[in-house]
Amino acid sequence: MRNPTARRVAAGLLLTALLGAACGNADTDPSSSGDDGGQSISGSIAIDGSSTVFPIAQAAAEEFQISNPDAQVSVGFAGTGGGFEAFCAGDTQISNASRAIEKDEVECLEEAGIEYTEFQVAVDGLAIVTNPETDWVDCITFDQLKAIYEPGSDVSTWSDVDPSWPDEELKIFGPDPDSGTYDYLAETVADPDADEPATRDDMTQSADDNVLVQGVQGEPGSIGYFGFAYYEENAESLKALEVDDGSSGCVAPSAETVKSNEYPLSRPLFIYVANDAMDQEVVSEFVTFWVQNAGDYATAVGYVETPNDVAAENEQALEGLAS
Amino acid sequence: MATVATSLRRHSNVREQLSERVVAVFLVGATLVGLLALVVLLVTVARSGAGQIDVPFLRNFASRIPERAGIWPPLVGTLWLMGLVTLFSFPVGVGAAIYLEEFAPKNRITSVIETNIANLAAVPSIIYGLLGLAVFYRALEMGRSLLTGALTLTLLVLPVIIISSREALRAVPRSHRLGAMALGATKLEAVYKTVLPSAVPGIMTGTILGLSRAIGETAPLLVAGAAAFVAFTPDNLLDAYSALPVQIFDWVRRPQPEFQALAAAAILVLLGVLLTMNSIAILIRNRYDRKTR
Repeated sequence: MRNPTARRVAAGLLLTALLGAACGNADTDPSSSGDDGGQSISGSIAIDGSSTVFPIAQAAAEEFQISNPDAQVSVGFAGTGGGFEAFCAGDTQISNASRAIEKDEVECLEEAGIEYTEFQVAVDGLAIVTNPETDWVDCITFDQLKAIYEPGSDVSTWSDVDPSWPDEELKIFGPDPDSGTYDYLAETVADPDADEPATRDDMTQSADDNVLVQGVQGEPGSIGYFGFAYYEENAESLKALEVDDGSSGCVAPSAETVKSNEYPLSRPLFIYVANDAMDQEVVSEFVTFWVQNAGDYATAVGYVETPNDVAAENEQALEGLAS
Repeated sequence: MATVATSLRRHSNVREQLSERVVAVFLVGATLVGLLALVVLLVTVARSGAGQIDVPFLRNFASRIPERAGIWPPLVGTLWLMGLVTLFSFPVGVGAAIYLEEFAPKNRITSVIETNIANLAAVPSIIYGLLGLAVFYRALEMGRSLLTGALTLTLLVLPVIIISSREALRAVPRSHRLGAMALGATKLEAVYKTVLPSAVPGIMTGTILGLSRAIGETAPLLVAGAAAFVAFTPDNLLDAYSALPVQIFDWVRRPQPEFQALAAAAILVLLGVLLTMNSIAILIRNRYDRKTR
């Protein structure tokens, strides 16, 4: 710090920081909504939670801010569980979730005195995919999936699953245990009766679905599962299997079958809104805006829109909050 | 030095020369592996990303529509973070190093502190994120703000800066301190006028390493409340913010290939910021290097 330039730069930086801190103290409440003169609504909204729901939240926030440039919406993706933690601590007004809220999370919110409303904003189908060279299988049953993915499974060839399939090595891919997709398959198919459902862990796991896509593309005799959007983007180099849950026969995954709930492996995506926050105009406007256009934003980022009856339920919930 | 030279001369024969050459080839190879990996990485990223970088890309907000998407808020967020982390970590880190190296008594407390700092350097970054969440975000109520992120990253880089600064200070010959004091300087003057200027190059290297680590971190920021989407730039230290690595992380995991290209472009911008930052530090280092020689 001997030369004058360095000293000036340092002093400048320090001053900026101090000024910034001073300005910041004047308005520390992140939820304070400014005056709502004019058409554009101002105020800030903090959203966090599932990384699966994130793209939809981003799409909704982006459009909302185009018509309301003074509104400040921030969206994070700390994960569904991390999102609820922040929601319960009162840090966020909206929490994104790729599963319904769990018991301990409900308890936390009750203790904190936070009332909330749930809206379903999209449906995410789970595609079971194989390498396109796998020509002996077109439809897979829940029992077969369970045999492949259940914890401790010793299935290592296709013929282990079904004797009519060839004695070829079965290479298994799946998301890692931090992912909501992992939990979903574990709860629905692989290990539904356990207290803490899991899948086998002696397979290729990755937190990045694109890595799973590449794995299944590159390995003949492979099987894997991930969100339907990842299959759609790579449909020419992957083969999605029809799925049979044991009661309604083989159903191929598509936007229609996921929406109509015929396809058995689809999960709803939710947002949870703090009721108190709905008193702020910026939050209630944003939530209304999002929920009423949920289908558009869901399909824009690769998910499936919710069935009509859910849309009607959402509408009712909105009215309930408004009154 | 003299003993090493004589022992070398005594043992040098054909076999020794051969093995020396083998080792040299191995060492060159080892250097090339790292370099090659870097070149491959840069070329791949540059090929898919370079075409995406233009003014709208730098100035736009993130978007669900790839053509509209840009990196302005995360870019500004990263620049803020780096400025703040430098501001916080440099004085504290170098100060701690000077104390531990020049002034601290050699007793048990000091050695406990030293061991802890060395261990902290190896703690996974996500742990710092959790610490930032508990302390800055919750306990000190800074919330999802730039300040929370900057302080979290500061904790993350402090051990690196302290350790390398201490090493730089230790490398200054004892005679410099003694000489200064013999001329009547106090201990403080000796440290500030003689030792510190000679140690600046080493300290700068440590700081570069620390800040380069901080600029690429995603996990601690996500945990400590960085937003992945904000359509505004922070006005003050308590505003919400995003950062380039968080944006890259989001784009890389999207299913649509257009976003992968955007991720590559954002990686190039991050590299650009990193290199600019490092060259400034290297410029400062070289100035001092010349002065003290």
